Amino acid sequence: MAAGFAQWGNDLYTGRRSYDIVGKRRRWYAVSAVLLLISVVLLITPGLNPGIEFRGGSEFTVSDVDEVDQGLATRTVQEVAPDEVPRVTTVGGDSLRIQTSQLEQQQVQQVTDALATAFDVPEQQVTSNYIGPAWGRDVSQKALTGLGVFLLFVAAVMTLYFRNWRMAVAALVALAHDLVITVGLYSGVGWEVTPATVIGFLTILGYSLYDTVVVFDKVRENTADTLDQTRFTYAEKANLAVNQTLVRSINTSVVALLPVASILVVGAFILGAGTLRDIALALFVGMVVGTFSSVFIATPFEVTLREREPRIREHTAKVLALRAGTAGPDGDAGEPALTGAQRATGALRPGGHQGQAAQPRRKSR
Amino acid sequence: MLVTLGVVLVAIFATILAGSRWGDAELTPSLALDLEGGTQVILRPVAEAEGTVTAETIDQAIGVIRQRVDASGVAEAEITSQGGSNIVVALPGRPSEETLDLVRTSAQMEFRPVLVMGAPTPTAETDPAASAAPAPDASAAPAEGDAAEGETTEGETAVQPATDATADPVDPAAADPATSPAAAEEPSDEPATAEPTSPSDIAHYVTPAVQARFDELDCTLPENRTGGAPGAADAAVVTCDQTGTAKFILGPVEIEGSDIDTATSGLRQLPSGATTNEWVVSLEFTSGGTPKFTETTTRLASQAPPLNQFAVVLDALVISAPSVNEVIPNGQAEISGTFTRDSAAALANQLSFGSLPISFTVQSEEQISATLGSEQLRNGLLAGLLGLLLVVVYSLLQYRALGLVTVASLVIAAVLTYGVITLLSWWQGYRLSLPGVAGLIVAIGITADSFIVYFERIRDELRDGRSLGAAVDTGWHRARRTILASDAVNLLAAVVLYFAAVGGVRGFAFTLGLTTLIDLLVVVCFTHPLMVLLSRTRFFSQGHPASGLDPKRLGVDPSKVRYVGRGRVVGGARDGGPTEPAPADGADVAGLSAQPRKQPVAVGAGHQTIAERRAAARAAAAAQDTTDATEDGATGTDAPGTGRPEGSDR
Repeated sequence: MAAGFAQWGNDLYTGRRSYDIVGKRRRWYAVSAVLLLISVVLLITPGLNPGIEFRGGSEFTVSDVDEVDQGLATRTVQEVAPDEVPRVTTVGGDSLRIQTSQLEQQQVQQVTDALATAFDVPEQQVTSNYIGPAWGRDVSQKALTGLGVFLLFVAAVMTLYFRNWRMAVAALVALAHDLVITVGLYSGVGWEVTPATVIGFLTILGYSLYDTVVVFDKVRENTADTLDQTRFTYAEKANLAVNQTLVRSINTSVVALLPVASILVVGAFILGAGTLRDIALALFVGMVVGTFSSVFIATPFEVTLREREPRIREHTAKVLALRAGTAGPDGDAGEPALTGAQRATGALRPGGHQGQAAQPRRKSR
Repeated sequence: MLVTLGVVLVAIFATILAGSRWGDAELTPSLALDLEGGTQVILRPVAEAEGTVTAETIDQAIGVIRQRVDASGVAEAEITSQGGSNIVVALPGRPSEETLDLVRTSAQMEFRPVLVMGAPTPTAETDPAASAAPAPDASAAPAEGDAAEGETTEGETAVQPATDATADPVDPAAADPATSPAAAEEPSDEPATAEPTSPSDIAHYVTPAVQARFDELDCTLPENRTGGAPGAADAAVVTCDQTGTAKFILGPVEIEGSDIDTATSGLRQLPSGATTNEWVVSLEFTSGGTPKFTETTTRLASQAPPLNQFAVVLDALVISAPSVNEVIPNGQAEISGTFTRDSAAALANQLSFGSLPISFTVQSEEQISATLGSEQLRNGLLAGLLGLLLVVVYSLLQYRALGLVTVASLVIAAVLTYGVITLLSWWQGYRLSLPGVAGLIVAIGITADSFIVYFERIRDELRDGRSLGAAVDTGWHRARRTILASDAVNLLAAVVLYFAAVGGVRGFAFTLGLTTLIDLLVVVCFTHPLMVLLSRTRFFSQGHPASGLDPKRLGVDPSKVRYVGRGRVVGGARDGGPTEPAPADGADVAGLSAQPRKQPVAVGAGHQTIAERRAAARAAAAAQDTTDATEDGATGTDAPGTGRPEGSDR
């Protein structure tokens, strides 16, 4: 299998085998449009389910218990409110603090009674209270501000690095795409949103951009001399770059997903609800979508933007015209776009074969 | 490079070991609230503030406390409101007194003029000099009140500014030391004059009642130095020095804490630029506070001691009472006192983020257990190990022996991360939470990606027909750009989020930035040098099938005769070791060490004419055309000349 994979990688690199991702970009746009639509619907109808940390909730304190049995407290609360996942903490050695999401007045009374019975203490020793959100509005506000600043910075940095604002725009579009789908699918699953989930989403933010930058770097390298030659169009060169980095994208995402998947499996099936499960799900979905978008959305979108540029448009027209003109006796040059692309990994520059630069180089020692 | 990395590693772990032996460092990173538990402090608004407690003031207070805790390190505290009026602060581990103070003190700062200053003990007959008796002689006061930390010393402890004729309005009966301070009759609280002439107007502010309270106050008793809610802003207050070495009657508030723009702590700088050993807090006033401060200093500078002093009052205690010698117009001030490095930093922190809108008392302070069971951490680590194992298996499958390089690099990265986190939890109070652990596990992917990008580049170069030495060189050149660019994005995210966000997001940003930097360090200082070394070994440079760099597997057909430049052509059967092309460009390194058995068709170890060289090239091309004709399509690349066409090279 590995040998086959390596051979496949070779073919992708040389262009012998090529997937016309950029050419058939409308298909991928459609796929992600459907995904986006589903995510938006999921965000609206079940919606996100914020946890205690965001909404506040009820807190029960059982004081002076003989034995601080956290499991007993959890079970007791769940008898009254089966969907609850209470957070139980030992306070000061002989008290238990139990936090749940906001309960109805009636349920609060039931839980208080049940706890008093379960721990065999008088009812006065079980107090209930309302607690505010630990992750309050100001925390979210600050995080959002930070995010806005970061996106501005990253757009500036990418524009400078790639010498083209279109790559920055395409990367940000891919990022938004990843985040919306990840958050949408998370809300579809219906698990509670905890700070761990938010941190997972933020990690996806970094991962998605990182992945896109790696692919764009190859695109930039391949298309640097597009306008100096007339054999390939910009789209074809970009497509070759995507194909050449496909093996990298697959290897990277497998390597990144393996640990996340193992946390997800352990978290979801062995531990049940909790921090690990939340963060792992957010990361798993986000990484899959992030890899998808860096290959199928970011580069095609960038090409769409670039083809609006007059210089690129003229060049594409010229290449296609030349290709149509030379079709005929010399079958090699006359083949349609991607057959042409198959044979070359680098660029052709007129006169590149002449002069000293073309001579084998002696490495300075 | 490898040496650099070695030095860094040894330095980190030597520091930790030394720290744990002679300092208070631990050999393991400290854990956050969710994994280790900590201390829970419940704050209740003080009684007199009861009326002003609204959801808004509680939110404000929570915000201020969170900023203070965040600024003191990267420990994640959990701060919630409880029952609408209390604030619950949970701090990880066993927080130090300074950290607890950050949470407990409301840090309401005021600047008040000093009206009267005296020894800390209650005024008694035996000590007439320190009494408030209107002695006609202002200089009579001995300096025994030597309250006098910092700049107050220069002011001598003048007791009574009797130089002013109007300063004698005090009813002698109430102020007379001969009468018992606990006089049965209630001293009058009526000001002697209707309107104060200035905030330093003793005649107006020091009423008999104030004087009586001052006489009674014993600042040597700790219970009188607990601080609390500040007194009325427009009346005189009687209070103690923080250390209990003096007591004061202070005039009304002239400048409030909210007029402070920024506060920083540092060692005092002398005008000559030298630094002293004294810790000070430097203040800068806002545009609103600067004119007030100028006005106050203008008035005080012309007064006689002790009226030329102003008191810096924090939570109703005087922390410093410097005397003003000249007008300070630029809105900058410096507070000195008995600060240590930590307490100066804590005060600067409190002042910068503003005071709490209301005063709180500590209702309870208890140890709490971890919110997540230890099984969560154990299973999380197990899952991480399992994932790591899968990564190892996958990279061995994909990259064969090169996979070992990945694994070694990951191990180095893991060791470095462990060391740095341990070090930071000692220096910075960094604490590892479960999301942090998950973040580190995820970082495996991002770290491994740098290696994958690099290896794929090397393979690309091999496919172009370069020798391994050259491929490593060129591949590194190109991969470095990509790795730097993508890591820069991650680092940017980390830095921006760290400075803009609070709470858990800050902790996350810290972890992200840390792993990104370590990734860069490892790939530059370990993976690349290791690859350069490996490329010189026979196993790798000859492209052993298990090395992961077998040119044959990468589509370079060894059975084909290829022109590899410099008049050399390789080709023929595999047993000749033709997979190692002749030193094309920059391949000398590999060529020298591995001594590949090349089969140059054209003779001459270097000295050929151009004609000979061209002939050799033609021969190679002809041989290749025949093979191409027979097995066209079976191989990936053509000769290097077409694999990467001329002119596009580098």
